[in-house]
Amino acid sequence: MTLGTWLALFVALVVAGETVRALRLRALQRERWRRFFKHRTTSWGVGILAFLVIIALAAPLLAPYSPNKQLDIVHLKNHAPSWTFILGTDVLSRDVWSRAVWGARISLGIGALGALVAVSLGTLVGALAGYFRRWVDPVLMRGVDVGLALPRIFILLMVVALWDGLPFAALVLAIGLTSWFGTSRLVRAEVLSLREREFVVAARALGADSGRVIFRHVLPNAAAPIIVSAALGVGNVLLLEASLSFLGIGVAPPDPSWGNMIADGASTIYSAPWTTLFPGLAISLVVMSLNAVADGFRDALDPREEAA
Amino acid sequence: MTGGAWLLRRLVASVAIIFAVVTLVFILTHLAPGEPCPAGEQIDPAVCLELQQQFGFDQPLVVQYWRYLVALAHGNLGFSFSLRRPVGDALADTIPFTLQLAGAALLLDFLLGLALGIYQATRVNRLPDVLLGNVTLFIYSLPTFWLALILSLIFAEKLGWFPVGGPNNPIFCPVVDSIYCVADRLWHLVLPAATLGLVGAAGTARFQRAAMLDVASQDYVRTARAKGVPERRVVLRHQLRNALLSFITRAGLAFPFLLTCAVLIETIFAWPGMGRLAFNAILTRDHALVTGTALIASTVVVLGSLLADILLEIADPRLRVRADVATEILTA
Repeated sequence: MTLGTWLALFVALVVAGETVRALRLRALQRERWRRFFKHRTTSWGVGILAFLVIIALAAPLLAPYSPNKQLDIVHLKNHAPSWTFILGTDVLSRDVWSRAVWGARISLGIGALGALVAVSLGTLVGALAGYFRRWVDPVLMRGVDVGLALPRIFILLMVVALWDGLPFAALVLAIGLTSWFGTSRLVRAEVLSLREREFVVAARALGADSGRVIFRHVLPNAAAPIIVSAALGVGNVLLLEASLSFLGIGVAPPDPSWGNMIADGASTIYSAPWTTLFPGLAISLVVMSLNAVADGFRDALDPREEAA
Repeated sequence: MTGGAWLLRRLVASVAIIFAVVTLVFILTHLAPGEPCPAGEQIDPAVCLELQQQFGFDQPLVVQYWRYLVALAHGNLGFSFSLRRPVGDALADTIPFTLQLAGAALLLDFLLGLALGIYQATRVNRLPDVLLGNVTLFIYSLPTFWLALILSLIFAEKLGWFPVGGPNNPIFCPVVDSIYCVADRLWHLVLPAATLGLVGAAGTARFQRAAMLDVASQDYVRTARAKGVPERRVVLRHQLRNALLSFITRAGLAFPFLLTCAVLIETIFAWPGMGRLAFNAILTRDHALVTGTALIASTVVVLGSLLADILLEIADPRLRVRADVATEILTA
C-alpha cells in the first residue's frame, strides 16, 4: 500500500461518512424519512454501502496492484497481511486487497444489475397478473408456482454448468431471470387490492388505457414492497453469484469476484485464512447493510405507521 | 369449498407443478450443448451409434420424453451414466444423509429461532433485543458456504473439537452398526448442521420477533392485558399462539433454502447427500440423474408448502369460518 492508496482510502471513508450525515440531515425534514433512519443499523448500512460503492467506482485509485498480477509466485505466495499487503496475498501471490477492490466492481455490479432485471420482470409480471386477472392471472401465477418449486440454485447450476463459459452479461441475465418469482407474488397481491380503489376506477372511467393506469396510477402506489424487495434482491443476487463462483461456475477466473476469491482461498484456508476471510466479510457486510436498509424502507414506507 | 374439495384441488395442483418441473428440467438438460459421443474422441463410431441406439438418444426429443414419462410411471427414474447404476438406487443411498443433515438443521433452526424471537419480542427495543437483533442480522447475512469454512477453521482446525469431511470415521465406522458409530455420526453432523441451522435460526428469530410484534398491537392482546391476565400467559397464550400461525407458513418455505444450502454445505463437508449428488450430476451432464434429483427436490418443496397449508387450515379456525361464509354467499 502506498501513501496515495491510504489517502484515497481515507477520502473514501470521509465521503461515505459525509453522505450519511447529509442524508440524515435532509431526512429530518420529512416524517417518512425520519422513520427510515429510526434505527442506528440503517445509518450504518447506508454508510457501509456508500463506502463500498465508492471503492468499486474508484477501484483504480484504491488498488495498488493489478488484480490479476502474480507478484512473485516463489516468495510472495500466501503472504500474511502486512503493511505492504494489508489483506495478505493469495496462493498465486496476488494482492488480496487489490483483488477485493476490483472484485467489489464485479460483485456489486452483478448484484445491482441482476436485481434490476429480477425486480423489473417480477414487477411487470405481478402487475399484469394482478391487473388483468381473468386468464392472465392463473397462467402467469402457475408459472411462478413452478419457478418457486425448484430451488433456484438447481436451475442456475443447470443453465450455467450445462452451457459453460457463459459471458458476464449472460450470467447476470441467468441470475436475474431466475430471481423474480417472489417479487411477482408480492406485487400481484398489492395490485389486486389497489385495482379496486377509487382513484384507479376514476382513472379508468376518465378513459386512461391499461398501460397508463398500471404505470401511472397503480405501480407508484405499490412502490413500498417493490423497493423493499429490490434492496433484499441485490443481497440475494450477490449471495447467489458468490455461491455459483464458489462452486467454480460463476465469474470466470482470473477475474476477481468475492465468491471466486473465497473459492481460491478455500483449499488453503488452514494455512492462509486471510484469503478466504476478507472476501467473505465483504459479502456479509454488503448483505447485512442491504438487509438493514430494507428494514429502514419497511419502516419508512409502511402505511400503518403513516396512520399512527 | 369444503375441506375435502380444497385438499383435492391442492393435491392436483401440486402434482401438476411437479410434472411441469420435470418437463422443464428434461427439456433444459436435453437442449444443452454437448453430445454423448463428441467428435475427436477415440471412440469407434459403430460403438457410439450402437450406444446411442441402446439408450434412445437417436430418437426425437418428444419420443425420448415420452419414454421417460412411461418409465417414470413404472417407478423407474432411468440410468445414471456417470455412476453406472440406476438413478433410483443412487437417490436411495444419498437421501438418508440429506434427511439427517436437514433434520438436525431444522431442529436447531426452529427451536433456537423461535426461542430467540419470542425472547426478543418480550424485551422490545431494550438492550437484549437490540443486541440480539444485531447479532441475528449479521448471522442472517452470512454466506452459508463461507460460514461453513470459517466454522471448520475454528472448531476443527484450531480447536480440534469436531471432525470435518465425511459422515463417519472411515476406519472405525465404515457403516453405522453400533452405539459408538451412532455417536460418531452425530459428532460428524455437528458442524454442517450448525452452519445450516444457525443461518436459518437467525432468519426465524427475525421473522418470529416481527410476527409477535404484529400480534402485540391486536385488540385481543390489549383486552387480555386489561383483564389482568398475567404477562406470561398473555405472551404464551395470546401472542405466541397467534404468531405461530404465520410461522407455519414460513416453516413450509424453509425447504428451498435448506436444499439450496445443502448443495454447498454437502460439497464442503464431503457429506454424501442428495445436494452433492445433484451438483456432480450437473457437472458430469448426467441427464437422468439431474432430472431425478430435480424431481425429488421439487416434490420436497411442493409438499412442504402443501403441508404448511394443511396445518394452517387445521390450526386456524378463522380460515374455515371464512371459507364457509364464502360458500354460503356463493350458493345463496
